[in-house]
Amino acid sequence: MTYITKPKLHHPSLPTNRLGYTRRDYEGSVSTLCAGCGHDSISAAIIQACFELSLPPHRIAKLSGIGCSSKTPTYFLGNSHGFNSVHGRMPSVLTGANLANRDLIYMGVSGDGDSASIGLGQFAHSIRRGVNMVYIVMNNGVYGLTKGQFSATADKGSKSKRGAVNSDEPIDLVGMALQLGATFVARSFSGDKQQLVPLIKAAILHKGAAFIDCISPCVAFNNHAGSTKSFDYVREHNEALNRLDVIPERQTIEVDYEPGSIEEVVQHDGSVLRLNKLAPEYDPHDRIAALTHLQERHAEGEVVTGLLYLDPTPRDLHDHLATVEKPLNVLDEAELCPGQEALQRFNAQHR
Amino acid sequence: MPYALEATNDFVVKFANVNGSGSASANELFARSILRMGVPVSPRNIFPSNIQGLPTWYEVRVTEKGYLGRRGGVDLMVAMNPQTWKQDVAEIEPGGYLFYDNTRALPPSAFRNDINVIGMPLTEICNATYTDPRQRQLFKNIIYVGALSALLDMDAGEIEKLFSEQYKGKEALLDSNVKALHLGRDYAKKELDCPIGLRVRRADNVGQRIFVDGNSAAALGCVFGGATVCAWYPITPSSSLAEAFIAQCRRYRVDKQTGRNKAAIIQAEDELASIGIVVGAGWNGARSFTATSGPGISLMQEFIGLAYFAEIPATIIDVQRGGPSTGMPTRTQQGDILLCAYASNGDTKHVLLFPEDPKECFDFSAAALDLADRLQTPIFVMTDLDIGMNQRLAEPFAWDDAKRMDRGKVMGFDDLEAGRQFGRYLDVDGDGIPYRTYPGTHPRRGSFFTRGTTKDAFARYSEEGPVYVENMERLLRKFETAKTLVPAPILRPAKQRTSIGVIHYGSTAPAMNEALDVLEGRGLHLDALRIRAFPFPAEVERFIAEHEQVFVVEQNRDGQLRSLLVNECGIDPARLPPVLHYDGTPITARFIIDVIAKRMAT
Repeated sequence: MTYITKPKLHHPSLPTNRLGYTRRDYEGSVSTLCAGCGHDSISAAIIQACFELSLPPHRIAKLSGIGCSSKTPTYFLGNSHGFNSVHGRMPSVLTGANLANRDLIYMGVSGDGDSASIGLGQFAHSIRRGVNMVYIVMNNGVYGLTKGQFSATADKGSKSKRGAVNSDEPIDLVGMALQLGATFVARSFSGDKQQLVPLIKAAILHKGAAFIDCISPCVAFNNHAGSTKSFDYVREHNEALNRLDVIPERQTIEVDYEPGSIEEVVQHDGSVLRLNKLAPEYDPHDRIAALTHLQERHAEGEVVTGLLYLDPTPRDLHDHLATVEKPLNVLDEAELCPGQEALQRFNAQHR
Repeated sequence: MPYALEATNDFVVKFANVNGSGSASANELFARSILRMGVPVSPRNIFPSNIQGLPTWYEVRVTEKGYLGRRGGVDLMVAMNPQTWKQDVAEIEPGGYLFYDNTRALPPSAFRNDINVIGMPLTEICNATYTDPRQRQLFKNIIYVGALSALLDMDAGEIEKLFSEQYKGKEALLDSNVKALHLGRDYAKKELDCPIGLRVRRADNVGQRIFVDGNSAAALGCVFGGATVCAWYPITPSSSLAEAFIAQCRRYRVDKQTGRNKAAIIQAEDELASIGIVVGAGWNGARSFTATSGPGISLMQEFIGLAYFAEIPATIIDVQRGGPSTGMPTRTQQGDILLCAYASNGDTKHVLLFPEDPKECFDFSAAALDLADRLQTPIFVMTDLDIGMNQRLAEPFAWDDAKRMDRGKVMGFDDLEAGRQFGRYLDVDGDGIPYRTYPGTHPRRGSFFTRGTTKDAFARYSEEGPVYVENMERLLRKFETAKTLVPAPILRPAKQRTSIGVIHYGSTAPAMNEALDVLEGRGLHLDALRIRAFPFPAEVERFIAEHEQVFVVEQNRDGQLRSLLVNECGIDPARLPPVLHYDGTPITARFIIDVIAKRMAT
């Protein structure tokens, strides 16, 4: 993400990652979103996360639906294939892409209209199938591109810019993701890069359905007093449960922490998620307790953020389908076509 | 005594049963045993949208000449369903036969005096032999097959051979079935006048042909054609296609070393997700397909437009049923031609293939996967319930092991590394087909952004009018290229020079071929062209130009293919008289002959 066109040349001292790429190699074209849009911060966080993890950009596929949020894949990872599909249907397209080649990293970007309204069904079913993906919802509670209508995540009683009060119950995507078996569930805030970048990194490393609901205020239509998705409201009511460090390889803890305040979770690839617990009693491995906690805090008007749930040994759709290790899109005739001899046997059995 | 029909190897037997009573396998056994005697048969299921309890029929046309279309009329009714008694009795041709269970006496008013009535106490025999209610039910079906074998002078040895193949290793089942068969056969021989006027005589007219349903055939075509991703949502009459693919993948697509699967099959939450998965997989370089029917296509419209405009391969097999709306879910029609040809918003046109039988279901499904990759667009295989859900005698399937999948124009790592210019929508070769790359190919080259909005030749977003027009024109050029790649139409010239032609397609073929023979016998000569694909190859326009009048025979109300011909080839509609059959039953030769003969007489 960038607001202004930058020259291709960059300062030679710009830091590089393990693969020799600079942060610039993970950027996309100039954002056409409004100045100050939360979505641009999320794009920046995605760029930062991919850079820090030293991911080869071309091994990531970014997919989206329709809406402001779904435009963002143009603004990050310019060396990755992208697919801006149809409204609310990114999950099925991503599922198909993932089935075709299990070796790539799939980043699905969506919005609250895209995932909670028109695409609620596809959101739900991709989560319950356990598609190995990072599913980020840039959640601003409002339709931006069509100028300010409420979306399905707008809180009841929330006020629109024109003064209308929302009377519908909100859809809580995080709660749904938990119920539907997502193995990584987080909520964050576009204004909190320190929290968001490690969450995206952890979600990428997670081999299963990783869902991040990211509150991302709409500066044009939903950043006023009376909105529960404004910068001010979220800053005031943000209850962070934890802070995350993502450590690619196991390292010894060098600092002494209060007992119980740190938890290390080893991922399937050996990387470590170090969880700095701000709410020591919260257990991110207890799905039911997580749901209860979220609902209790939501009733109080608070926005719970952080890593909400993690299953460190997830199984994904390819595990369920028991597909071969080799990507399906490279299998050749010898591997796929039974051939004339088998066909003759088939014929013989049908006489 | 009423007049009694006499016919050998040329008659229609219809079974009237109750859905869920286990009659289907007994009826199929009957049909297969006639095939084994070298006599072609053409059976059709006529069934309601129901699992258990409602009436269901199985109509077997015995046809030594090999006419596999539905004939119409019934010569022998096996009336096993009291619910439909009246209509079943009414349907019998004068002089025909009624076979029924006379365990309970029926009043004379239940019968007709111009048909031959054959009663047999099936229930009584069953109850005397079996105690288990399910056995009574199931074996009753086998007992009537045994009785029919005697009445029609069939070779019981062929039925026993079928049993021994079916129950290999299950000797108890084999013995009990053979016993039931002979129970019926022996009773009929002893108590009834055998044989009746309808007879099966051994012939040699089946040859190497196989007996298979179109849905299994299409699924097998997808296996051989290299499909690795299938996403579907259950809908009659296409569900058995996806289920056949599942079964065939279990047989052909399990890696021997690891036991893992070389295909991913998803039963999606709806047709929107099915086509979305297919599009996603196609975008990422896997051969993928979905099987559905009309209502599913209606739901898929938006994605079909995206795949057309973003140029993503997708294979869609439409097993057509009666529409509109939920329509006649268990009846056949060719009602989705226009829906598919111009699917989605904006200017779109799609490639359609029209298989005539299971053999072409196999061939065209495999071909569709190649065409989808070659043309980078959705390809529709337009089959229907009549082909899909009925077993049909078809030429044996064949595969050339030297054949390679046509993956189309794909740039790989080496191309990109060598610095070959890549523009996703750039027409390099003049055929309208651009090059594509799979995601993940090269670290710095060849990536692009796929979108449903307008873009330039290098996949960059653009709302410029000329850029948009250029792209739309290229898509038309690509459609022209498609004409040279799709299956060509097949001409059946008349024996005499004629200015009258007839065009038909898909499941109409067997009835049409029979009708042409009969019309020819009456001195009515027509050149016939069986269209096998849209866009229409040049031969189609030439054929119409060479004839003053061309009948267009199809199974829908509005003459949908005719509309396509008028629209795409700029033909005067008056030159294309429609012959339309759309009551949900498969079109018959009798119907076609009737309409055409009348029209040609005026």
